[in-house]
Amino acid sequence: MASGKTITIAIMDAPYESANSTTALRIIHAALQQGHNVNVFAYEGAVNLTMKAQQPHANPVKGTTVEQEQHPTTKDWIASLFKLAKDKGVKLDWNNCGLCVDERGAGDWIEGPRRGSPKDFLEASSASDATLVIPTK
Amino acid sequence: MPKILNIVETAYRATIEEQDDTILWLTHALKNAGADISLLLRANAVNYAVKGQDASGLVFGEASMAHSPEIDKDLEKLAAKGVPVYLVEEDAKERGLSDADLISGVKKISRRDLPELIDQHPQVWHW
Amino acid sequence: MAKHIFIESRDPFDSADVDYFSELVQGIANRGQEVILFLVQNGVLATRRGSKHNERITQFMKHKVKVVADGFSLRERGISKPFDGVEVADMDHLVKLLLEPGTKAIWH
Repeated sequence: MASGKTITIAIMDAPYESANSTTALRIIHAALQQGHNVNVFAYEGAVNLTMKAQQPHANPVKGTTVEQEQHPTTKDWIASLFKLAKDKGVKLDWNNCGLCVDERGAGDWIEGPRRGSPKDFLEASSASDATLVIPTK
Repeated sequence: MPKILNIVETAYRATIEEQDDTILWLTHALKNAGADISLLLRANAVNYAVKGQDASGLVFGEASMAHSPEIDKDLEKLAAKGVPVYLVEEDAKERGLSDADLISGVKKISRRDLPELIDQHPQVWHW
Repeated sequence: MAKHIFIESRDPFDSADVDYFSELVQGIANRGQEVILFLVQNGVLATRRGSKHNERITQFMKHKVKVVADGFSLRERGISKPFDGVEVADMDHLVKLLLEPGTKAIWH
């Protein structure tokens, strides 16, 4: 059941570098699960979270194949969050900072996110019930 | 639109590659978009208010930097745009910075007054 | 009266800046504001019983700061029972706190 409430979250960390990414995705999951809309402003390295070319890999240290390892990718987790939003009848608006995308060559992303700007973040925050900024170090 | 306080603490994070500090740049962009926004420099970021920063002259093979970051000038431009720029005075003092080292237009604030500054801003974004 | 959620993700053994954040949390609480300190990621390491940073938790409580630790972060680090007085919660709880009217959330 949609609550009509909205949370805006800004994130900066590149995938596979920081626990911040996992925590941010956990917060987004919890908010969607509770029926809230979520706006995400992916700034700087965080635009890489949704890149389509991410691939799971085998693990030579563990001796596992790709199939056995089932290595997670952030783009798959985020695709799953988009599905959760749809199932819950709420909106996940994922805004990849356009200039950050350009300088990283990160323009090929999964279905769901859109290209945006700091202005979109400001407008999203202003219209939200809560805003949380999760910076990088 | 609620008043926003942007707190910057990490200095010189990819400033060469970006040709600016990403959060100062963001603050400029948000101000241009109509935000009622203030900036607080703390920890190592107090060094952003030091006069005469010069990151010019970098060369990588045949590639040279055409425009190096000018963080002190970016701060002056923010202040000129009407963004209040605060700096934690103890953080500056601990790093050997005196008033003579700093650009004008920056308001010094004591650590003990930070709670009040935070109270004045409904949104506090700690970058 | 505004509510404040301070989310501490840093390890006090690793980051001296945790002292700054602790002062800020207590400073806000001393102004009569309702303050919750939500520990997450390596921020929960201060809650392990016997840690030299347990005293930090005690100080927060003296300043009427409610200390909450993320259950997943605790489990991930093998902390089965955090220091006395620390509440264990999850991201569902954090989202509910964030959405309480008049709440200000600050991450560190």
